[in-house]
Amino acid sequence: MDKNSVTKQQQTTQWADEASSPAKKRGIPEGLWMRCTSCAAILFRRSVENNLWVCPECQHHFRLSGSQRIEQLVDAGTFEPHDENLAPADPLQFVDLKKYPDRLEAAQKKTGFNDAMQTGQAFIKGRKVMIGAMDFTFLGGSMGSVVGEKIRRIIEAAADQDLPLIIVSASGGARMMESGLSLMQMAKTSAALARFDDMGGLFISVLSDPTTGGVTASFAMLGDVILAEPNALIGFAGPRVIEQTIKQALPDGFQRAEFLQSCGFVDCVVARKDLRSEISSIIDYAGK
Amino acid sequence: MTGTEATPKITLPFEEPVAEIDRQILSLKERDDAENYENELSELRDTRNNLLKKLYENITPWQTVKVARHPDRPQTTDYIRLICRDFRELHGDRRFGDDAAIRTGFARIGPHKVMIVGHQKGKNTEERIDCHFGCAHPEGYRKALHKMKLAEKFNIPIVAFVDTPGAYPGLKAEERGQAQAIAENLKEMSRLETPIVSIVIGEGGSGGALGIAVADRVAMLQFSWYSVISPEGCAAILWKEANEETNLAAATNLALTSRDNLRNGLIDAIIAEPLGGAQRDEQLTATNVERWIVDTLTDLSRFNPKTLVQRRYEKFANMGVTSEA
Repeated sequence: MDKNSVTKQQQTTQWADEASSPAKKRGIPEGLWMRCTSCAAILFRRSVENNLWVCPECQHHFRLSGSQRIEQLVDAGTFEPHDENLAPADPLQFVDLKKYPDRLEAAQKKTGFNDAMQTGQAFIKGRKVMIGAMDFTFLGGSMGSVVGEKIRRIIEAAADQDLPLIIVSASGGARMMESGLSLMQMAKTSAALARFDDMGGLFISVLSDPTTGGVTASFAMLGDVILAEPNALIGFAGPRVIEQTIKQALPDGFQRAEFLQSCGFVDCVVARKDLRSEISSIIDYAGK
Repeated sequence: MTGTEATPKITLPFEEPVAEIDRQILSLKERDDAENYENELSELRDTRNNLLKKLYENITPWQTVKVARHPDRPQTTDYIRLICRDFRELHGDRRFGDDAAIRTGFARIGPHKVMIVGHQKGKNTEERIDCHFGCAHPEGYRKALHKMKLAEKFNIPIVAFVDTPGAYPGLKAEERGQAQAIAENLKEMSRLETPIVSIVIGEGGSGGALGIAVADRVAMLQFSWYSVISPEGCAAILWKEANEETNLAAATNLALTSRDNLRNGLIDAIIAEPLGGAQRDEQLTATNVERWIVDTLTDLSRFNPKTLVQRRYEKFANMGVTSEA
């Protein structure tokens, strides 16, 4: 994927480089065989797919698209999308080395979706939920007006029907090409969650690799329960920016899901295969 | 044209033509026979003021960023000194520590009792290091929230001064939950049942700025900036290199000036700065800021707290531009 679609200075991190290199491209690898980007094992593609896109050798969790995420989490055939027609505009007429509308068009063609967020209603192990999933392959999963508005609407939908809300994050942060408008989505989504909280709603935030910048610093960190996938990069600033600031190498595992759990900011690191049962159990405990 | 005579200690590159005339004025004034040059002096002053006016009328977004970062620009502690009476500083977040990058305390402004919350960059090298140049740690955001909740309890309005390049990007800040601290502030500020006004007095750098700016009314000083990322950060990523040219392009595209942000509906007001920027006349700047705060708090006092919260929610809910087929 294009390195330019990574969206903040703080996100020019190692994962951005990995993502930008075709040889190490994550997401859905083509062909019958594939190499694990973590342990380098040669894997039969179908066996990885059947293992929820987790390496059977080293348990590396490959990144998922929004569609793959929803398909894995919800009961088959139960997802009913919301706000599919909500599409990005170019309010600032942003032009860097490319035009923002051209970047959008390329991302839309690549993913088949209008923007980096899918939301809708579904069932998880028979429990009715409102769900959202971000797509890192769409401009680095960055949050602009569409992502923020879809999140606000799915929160309000969950509030209206008193349903549990699950949002799976995968994002480099706020989208630069909508500048201040993107920034305000942080306030918008957090404010919507405050209202949802006031009415006793249950929000389960699931953090996947990577979740950084303005997404972490808003709705993603506001779950009643916060789950994270193993080894997911989670942080505010990106590792490279931090290294430049403190001028020393960062410790192993810094900003990984397990580190966040040990620092007290993630309730539980949960393997992908266990997410459905973890989420449905929490829903039951909350009585939703 | 008051107060603009004094050349600031630090002249920005684009102000150099004005500084040159200032030097001429000074050398004339220092002559023993200075009284013979009254006409020349007066002419020079006119030329200088017209030039300064022209420079600031045609200021580029990137030059605006440099003015916003001017080391002599008034900071939170200056506004406290210039417009607050009976300031009672309150320290600490009751969890970890006391972040010097965010100052908080009770104060009186005009007829209003308020809670001050403001980023502080530091006025000298020692203080700047202490304040991490205005980059707050999580304890700074938690301190701000703790004091804002205290204000809410006693129905005291909150006045927030925003002036940060961004929240601190460091190892300890991450360990202590920088993202969680900011997120919590956004959520809690949106439902605080007391009036909140926020003024971007210098730099409004991304989430670190927004962390104390979820307010009923947000104003920007004329030559401050407010954006999702700094121009240099943006240029480094999207233009692959940060230099004078790409920083200007990024600053322009980011729509970070007060005028841009007002046009895009992200702020409610622009507070005028003296000719040549706030750094040339802190008193006049403070007077303008004080007037806006007093008027705005008086206006907001019409609303009961629940209505305020409802309106605050709707305001932020409406931000963003999308198309829907």
